[in-house]
Amino acid sequence: MAISRDEVLHVARLARLELAEGELDRFAEQLSAILEAVGKVGELDLEGVEPTAHPLDLVNVWAEDEPRPCLSADEALANAPDREGGSFRVPAA
Amino acid sequence: MGLNRGAEGSVIDTFRLTAEEAAGLLERGEVTATELHRAYLDAAAARNDELNAYLCTVEDGAAGASGLPIAFKDVVSTKGVETTAGSKILAGYRPVFDATVAARCKDAGLSLLGKTNMDEFAMGSSTENSAYGPTHNPWDPTRVPGGSSGGSTAAVAAGLAPWALGSDTGGSIKQPAALCGVVGLRPTYGTVSRYGIVAFASSLDQIGPVTKTVRDCARLYEIIAGRDPCDTTTVELPEPVAVPEAEDLKGVRIGVPKELNEAEGIEPGVSEQVERALETARALGAEIGECRLPRSVEYGLPCYYLIAPSEASSNLARYDGVRYGLRSTPNGDVRAMYDRTRHDGFGDEPKRRIMLGTYALSAGYYEAFYGQAQRVRTMIRDEHAAAFEQFDLLVSPTSPTVAFELGARTANPLAMYAADLLTIPSNLAGLPGLSIPCGLSEGLPVGLQLIGRQFSENLLFRAGHALERALDFDYVPERYR
Amino acid sequence: MSAWEPVIGLEIHVHLKTRTKMFCRCPIAYFEPPNTQTCPVCLAMPGSLPVPNRKAVEWTILLGLALGCEIAPRAIFHRKNYFYPDNPKGYQISQYDEPLCVDGRVVVPGSDGDSEVGIVRAHLEEDAAKTVHVGGAEGRIHGSESSLVDFNRAGTPLVEIVTAPDIRSAEQAKRFLQVLRQMVVELDISDAEMEKGSMRFDVNVSVREAGESDFRTRTELKNMNSFNFAAKGIEREIRRQVELYESGGTVVQETLHFDPGNESAPPLRSKEEAQDYRYFPEPDLVPLEPDRELVERLRGGLPELPWARIRRLEAEIGFTLAEGLVTSGRDELYSRVPGEREAVANVVMNELAATGVEPADVNAEELGKVIAARADIPRAAFAEALAASGDEGFSAERYLAESAIADVSELDPVIDRILGQNQQQVEAYRGGKEGLLGFFVGQVMKETGGKANPKVVNERVREKLKA
Repeated sequence: MAISRDEVLHVARLARLELAEGELDRFAEQLSAILEAVGKVGELDLEGVEPTAHPLDLVNVWAEDEPRPCLSADEALANAPDREGGSFRVPAA
Repeated sequence: MGLNRGAEGSVIDTFRLTAEEAAGLLERGEVTATELHRAYLDAAAARNDELNAYLCTVEDGAAGASGLPIAFKDVVSTKGVETTAGSKILAGYRPVFDATVAARCKDAGLSLLGKTNMDEFAMGSSTENSAYGPTHNPWDPTRVPGGSSGGSTAAVAAGLAPWALGSDTGGSIKQPAALCGVVGLRPTYGTVSRYGIVAFASSLDQIGPVTKTVRDCARLYEIIAGRDPCDTTTVELPEPVAVPEAEDLKGVRIGVPKELNEAEGIEPGVSEQVERALETARALGAEIGECRLPRSVEYGLPCYYLIAPSEASSNLARYDGVRYGLRSTPNGDVRAMYDRTRHDGFGDEPKRRIMLGTYALSAGYYEAFYGQAQRVRTMIRDEHAAAFEQFDLLVSPTSPTVAFELGARTANPLAMYAADLLTIPSNLAGLPGLSIPCGLSEGLPVGLQLIGRQFSENLLFRAGHALERALDFDYVPERYR
Repeated sequence: MSAWEPVIGLEIHVHLKTRTKMFCRCPIAYFEPPNTQTCPVCLAMPGSLPVPNRKAVEWTILLGLALGCEIAPRAIFHRKNYFYPDNPKGYQISQYDEPLCVDGRVVVPGSDGDSEVGIVRAHLEEDAAKTVHVGGAEGRIHGSESSLVDFNRAGTPLVEIVTAPDIRSAEQAKRFLQVLRQMVVELDISDAEMEKGSMRFDVNVSVREAGESDFRTRTELKNMNSFNFAAKGIEREIRRQVELYESGGTVVQETLHFDPGNESAPPLRSKEEAQDYRYFPEPDLVPLEPDRELVERLRGGLPELPWARIRRLEAEIGFTLAEGLVTSGRDELYSRVPGEREAVANVVMNELAATGVEPADVNAEELGKVIAARADIPRAAFAEALAASGDEGFSAERYLAESAIADVSELDPVIDRILGQNQQQVEAYRGGKEGLLGFFVGQVMKETGGKANPKVVNERVREKLKA
């Protein structure tokens, strides 16, 4: 298998994804097949080829330092699963 | 069945009416914007139960609007209207702002009919990955509409919207347009703002029109295209959009890339219709010749399935249950909340891609996977540039197959990924692609993919329009005629 | 016992005082109610996209130039991926292997000569939100522990400066930091106020035996926000590491949280659980290619920097006063005030500083006159003059005039009157209680409203009592 159960667990931890026991095996198998397929890019010798991060060759796109209106706190918090006053509340960090 | 009587006694045939024709009705005062809006909502009320094209409709969407109604794929943020991207993790999320394309449509007087179904976070090629159930193909409801913009293409094909917006990362407009027998444009990367579009893969995502005709497509593209100060990856169009008139292809050099047209898995019925379209093009005056994209097709799919999941793994990190969307609360600290929320909120396909992308970016693997894929991308760009030295357009089938049966590929992710084999290479190169219907195979629509140079949308419209006229495809699904 | 050499490197974070945030145009405000300075971008709402702040880019280049850095012809923003409630996108936009400024060096003057500190890089990134821990004490369900998140600070532009491990003492580290702080304040790109959190730093510390060429394992002291705490923390950490080695132990690579009130620095996390940040080029942004003309224009506009000024002034007034004046931002006034250099330096650095008068407001010519007359005018007048030296229309004349009360012809009648009114004390003095001299002098001072020259009064009183 191209990716082990432990590696899947490690990756899931980095990605903050809980996996159930049954899911782990299934994903390990599927990810192995996918990794084998995408590993094909390694066949090519592309030394000296510049990587493409973007299809357009733009540089220096920015904005001037001029303030724009903000959201109100109510808008900011409109979709919050939990709040306390004007703050977002989460379980202890 | 498709006829809805307007309040003034006018007849609005939502199956057949193009956006241009509907605009004509409005201009001549034969219908009002509210009546048009109502007519499409009525059509949705009649057929959406079967098709599941809409996730939600907007009853009062025509309030204040003067123009046509439109449907948005559910990746487009709409102020006050639920925007889920087909995911449970965004259930109930109502944006407090409009995406730039939504604002531009509003400014053009368009009214929002509703939000269309899609593969979760635009990850998929059949719309079966939606957390809200699959969309069905209007030509045959036992089959998929393609994806991920299957809700938008099904809505347009079934007369539930005169036109719609979709999003295309690896083929998510072109492929479902092909499978539903409608027109879909994936614009040149950077010509349409991504601001407010729920992100999948930032360097590939593009918003584009889904329409019944190429002329409608040009009109909608004109509304949404152009530089947006809120998206630094956008540019101004080098020339204004030209709604096509000409019905010939004189002087247009069309290349037929061997690898795109002879790829494994292309159905004979699909090839047949594409060849017929090429004959038509020749008859319209185009010069046609074979060309090569030696490695773009073979390596395009693997390259795409490294770049897109890598970017997605990062783009989807914001769904953490803190500021919006689903939150699951097991006992424990904030990490336990993250882990459970993301477990409960994401479907299998986003989970696979998040893990794949996380792996590809992680220490020790970056160079072999993400770094190498970016170099493959350069190679693919270069191969396309070489082909465009001799040709103005490249042509191939949009999808190797016609619409497949629901459930046929859900157990095998790789089989599903292969649905985008022919649309991915030019997407990686940042090039525009237009899919137009070119015939039927086994009673199902076949799409023709036209690929142009960067910013050559006007040529795509011209060629697409001429072929559309000559091929005379009837976009109303047979079962509705 | 062998001699141990500390090896210290610094990572300094400085908030830029742009009007708006790094990637959105929300105003930067430190004391507003929570989540009122936010927008879809800094709240990481789905679909929002970053747009860099041009001024922040320019200021980072300016700072890089002041640190002697090369300005990269091409710089890239990367995403640094990690989960934390203060990190709304799940990644921080930062710079990784292609930062704006690289390979700088500054020469830090010291009492025992100059030392050189290499600057590895200076890059631009965005700050995180603020999290506050609440609850936990009462109740198990409703009062369960939670954190509150305020995104007002999220996205504030932040420059991270990384030094080479060139620093060899806590004192040197402190001096470097103080001079650096003064520099960013003078460049007018940050207020660098540590109480506000607009300047913070992390310190990497290791020790090695004198003569060793390799570095040993280092520990990191996180989020220091006072120069004195930093110096104390570094000294303590050096001591701890030396003791560990000398008792046969080893140093573990870890991050320590320094608590000034507590003698120990508890570990935050050890590097075994170090994050894999999965850096990759930010696909929502395009590269920066600083215009060469702009870079040269910024370079040309650089003022004389604090490091250079300390060295220049050191020759006149010694290192301590020079450093003190420069790092407190008072050397400009010092240079304007005419007079004997050391006296001017002392007054500007000490007595004048105590008055709270803004150095920039001071009329230097007039202050010079007051300092020159310092010995001849009453202390009260001198203090008054300093306090008034920043006022509009301040003139030394009035205060210098007060030295006239040293005039004997004016003082004698007062002294005579005081002695006449206190015959009993005069008798006692003459009888040997010489300690009463102070009493008479005090009475005279009181009578003259504190404006008499005490030296002259002293002499006259003593003389008259002899008679």
